[in-house]
Amino acid sequence: MVSAEEGVSAADAPTIVELSSDDVLRARSEAVAQAGLGRKADHLLEVRNLSTHFFTPDGVVQAVDDVSFDVGYGETLGLVGESGCGKSVSALSIARLVPDPPGRIVSGSILFDGIDLLKLSPEDMRKLRGKEIGFIFQDPLTSLNPTLTIGYQIGEAIREHMGLSTKAARDRIVELLAKVGIPRPADRLNDYPFQFSGGMRQRVMIAIALSCDPKLILADEPTTALDVTIQAQILELIQRLSSEFGTAVLLITHDLGIAAGMCDRVNVMYAGRIVETGSVDTLFERPRMPYAWGLLDSLPRIDDVRGEKLRTIEGLPPLLISPPKACRFGPRCPYIRDVCREGEPELTARGSDGHMARCFATESDGWIA
Amino acid sequence: MITYIGRRFLWIIPVLFTVSVITFFLMHAVPGGPWDREKHLPQGTQDRLNAQYGLDQPIYVQYIRWAGAFIQGDLGPSYRFQDRRVNDIVADGIWTTVQLGVMAFLLAVAVGIPLGIFAALGHNRAPDYLATSISIIGIATPVFVLGILMIVFFSVQLKWFPTGGWKGPQYWVLPTIALAGFPIAIIARYTRASMLEVTRKDYIRTAQSKGLSDQAVVSRHMIRNALIPVVTILGPTLAFLVTGSFIIERIFGIPGIGQYYITAIGTRDYSLLMAMTMLYAFAVAFLNVVVDVLYAYIDPRIRYS
Amino acid sequence: MATNTTVVPAGLAKPKAAAGPWREAFGRLVRNKLAVVGLVLVLLLLFCGIFGPIIAPWPYQQQDLQAIFANGNRPLPPFSPNHILGTDALGRDLLSRLLDGARISVTVAFVVQFVIIFIGVPVGAFSGWFGGRTDNFMMRLTDVFYAFPDLLFIILLSVAFRETAFGQALDGLLLVFVAIGLVGWVTVARLTRGQMLALKETEFVEAAKAIGVSDRKIVTHHLLPNGMGPIIVAVTLGVPVAILAEATLAYIGIGVQPPRASWGSLIADGQKYIRSEPHLVLFPAIFIALALIGFTFLGDGLRDALDPKLKGKQ
Repeated sequence: MVSAEEGVSAADAPTIVELSSDDVLRARSEAVAQAGLGRKADHLLEVRNLSTHFFTPDGVVQAVDDVSFDVGYGETLGLVGESGCGKSVSALSIARLVPDPPGRIVSGSILFDGIDLLKLSPEDMRKLRGKEIGFIFQDPLTSLNPTLTIGYQIGEAIREHMGLSTKAARDRIVELLAKVGIPRPADRLNDYPFQFSGGMRQRVMIAIALSCDPKLILADEPTTALDVTIQAQILELIQRLSSEFGTAVLLITHDLGIAAGMCDRVNVMYAGRIVETGSVDTLFERPRMPYAWGLLDSLPRIDDVRGEKLRTIEGLPPLLISPPKACRFGPRCPYIRDVCREGEPELTARGSDGHMARCFATESDGWIA
Repeated sequence: MITYIGRRFLWIIPVLFTVSVITFFLMHAVPGGPWDREKHLPQGTQDRLNAQYGLDQPIYVQYIRWAGAFIQGDLGPSYRFQDRRVNDIVADGIWTTVQLGVMAFLLAVAVGIPLGIFAALGHNRAPDYLATSISIIGIATPVFVLGILMIVFFSVQLKWFPTGGWKGPQYWVLPTIALAGFPIAIIARYTRASMLEVTRKDYIRTAQSKGLSDQAVVSRHMIRNALIPVVTILGPTLAFLVTGSFIIERIFGIPGIGQYYITAIGTRDYSLLMAMTMLYAFAVAFLNVVVDVLYAYIDPRIRYS
Repeated sequence: MATNTTVVPAGLAKPKAAAGPWREAFGRLVRNKLAVVGLVLVLLLLFCGIFGPIIAPWPYQQQDLQAIFANGNRPLPPFSPNHILGTDALGRDLLSRLLDGARISVTVAFVVQFVIIFIGVPVGAFSGWFGGRTDNFMMRLTDVFYAFPDLLFIILLSVAFRETAFGQALDGLLLVFVAIGLVGWVTVARLTRGQMLALKETEFVEAAKAIGVSDRKIVTHHLLPNGMGPIIVAVTLGVPVAILAEATLAYIGIGVQPPRASWGSLIADGQKYIRSEPHLVLFPAIFIALALIGFTFLGDGLRDALDPKLKGKQ
């Protein structure tokens, strides 16, 4: 039992076993390099100070609060956090699909290949959506129109953006279906969503997202609604396709294992803010924020003693209606000190490779080494 | 699918049978007979007439005789209009009634659905308030009040349309609108509610994420799916048109078969009454099945299972 | 390697205490402006119906023949002395008669819905709970009632029993209630059955069965309270249907016997004077409209407030 007063070393944080294979890594770095050709900016996506608020009868919910991050060309970035931390809303904000009312992007900029998406007219944004930015939603059962064939639904973005002839469009749809692993694709063009299983439906969603060869895919918990056995297949599919086409992926998940296996870099979100960011190796080997420690520690391990209680982070995230002007994780943090209650820490560097964390305790002059 | 359709249509037979039995016995439960009129007929004459028409037989015998004739298409003699058979009376008026009903139905659908869509798309703004207000008027005004008001206003006051009769297209306008008022309101409300529910669905968001134009999202994804549940209220709408039509026929003096119904009860014209009830019941049952089949057809989840 | 154990929190962010579901629903209801309007209208109607005879300036059947003669044998217009809404052709005060009509409508509304619940809910619950052949039979029975054009059936019933003691009860109203109720219970039965079918499969029912709770208790303690929402809405929205049916019947001359003043019969009586004394038709029509609007708005509001999808959300 370790108390908050004794010096706690980050070496106490548990390590994570490597989950990605060399082959995939190699293929990915090649694809990243390929994707970067002809690019117009340093990063494909540069989100700066994004704030999205929801105006409800009970108050203004600051779902996304001054969030900034980058996604490189061809890179897979993970956005990890618990329910309600703002990760889904961030993705919806990038695609400008936030339901208005009651939500609204109140400030910030989103640079996509150098263009500020928030300054575009709705018409111009529409041209980008589906063509350059694809979206994979969480629940394929409700996200597909039950009364239209899947062939039609996959073809919609193609017909809208690519101006292909009917035959060329059809060929492309069949090709896409084959690519996502649907057997006998030509026969299934006229089938309806209810005639597919859950995993197959998600493959259809992926086909829709990829239909116009987008530069960026926003994947919002793509496997949460699926069986565990199917999850692995779908994730592997996403990874393979993004490598093959050099598509950048913003992967949103609450599952650390998925993030560890799929992403190049990871952002951890909490209560509408980014609280830690870094490459996947650094983050999982040496996290520098008590929330990250708590998350990793809460994962059940094969060497846990039977009969011992499961480890949790006690408490609940703060309400986002009037967030406190203090560290938002503070009330749940075992290392809290007065300075944590007086003001919110900034995202500051830890080490040199872009690893940053939002915590007073782990700063260079903090009380955790 | 075919078996489903076949089964639904076959069920009409036992339903109609039950309706006929209930109506027949109820009818004969009404005290008095077809000979009770202002002019009191001597008992001997009444007995003779009863024997002639078989009214002195036990009820179940009378029913069997009626049913037998009915199945062969013979609707029996009219007790009121003694020189005519019911078949002729019905043939005279039925097409008028059908025409009125069909016109009102088409009007209700043609106005009600767009009104509901219009209201939903302009939710909580001017279009919604306008369309909802029209719906409220339709619901709050009983069909007979609407009929009376229309006559007074458009016919007597403004003299745009004739007050009654059925002698040409200008005679069709007021009765059709009066009959369609309530269905328009119901269909509009239902369409609006359905549209609003569809707007919240996830697949609308997926459609938007493809970069489709608002118009494409609305027409291809919203309206299609919103209209499917609306089909289910077409059944009760048709039933309303059937019963409402004879009120309208009475107010506007339209020579359909509706006008005979109420008088037939009063004068105990058994054959006419049975014929009319069976006709109406058949129409309602049949149209309900048509609506159910239509609903099963347009929802692919049902069609293919 | 030492692991960090669970930690004691230092000040939690407290979530708002969740109110009971009925309380929440009520809150949603009163926030809905149209629903409040509906509620006000309904309460007004109830007030008129219950206290009508007390607040009415005249007995509804009393004829003020003096005033009629003085007016050249014509009905009095609104704002006449002693008759604020005027009179009908027989000198009877219109406001008083309208209040009697309110009394009739209120009685119709509540008694009919009572009949409908009394028949419909048990049939539907029974049918849904036991399923199988009982269910099938019940459903075919409802098909028969569904096929009957309602107004026709009501008229037939009304006329058939008009002369009997039953038909004469309550000035002919009892007959009307029963008749309207007999065609109206079908929707509620189907609804209850649907609710029963849906809830029967839920996990909390499985749990109750596992503990050994009796069937009857499951139905009354678990299923009915949870399934009540749509039934309440259907009953509220069924009131305008019943009022409309009674008014239409009265208009044709069936149902309530004179001198009782159902709004429908007031309109039938006033029809011939519509050009010279339109108030005879307009006021009853307005009263009918307000009653129908009131219950419709209230029913809509209840439906939104009780919508399970909205429970727990904003």
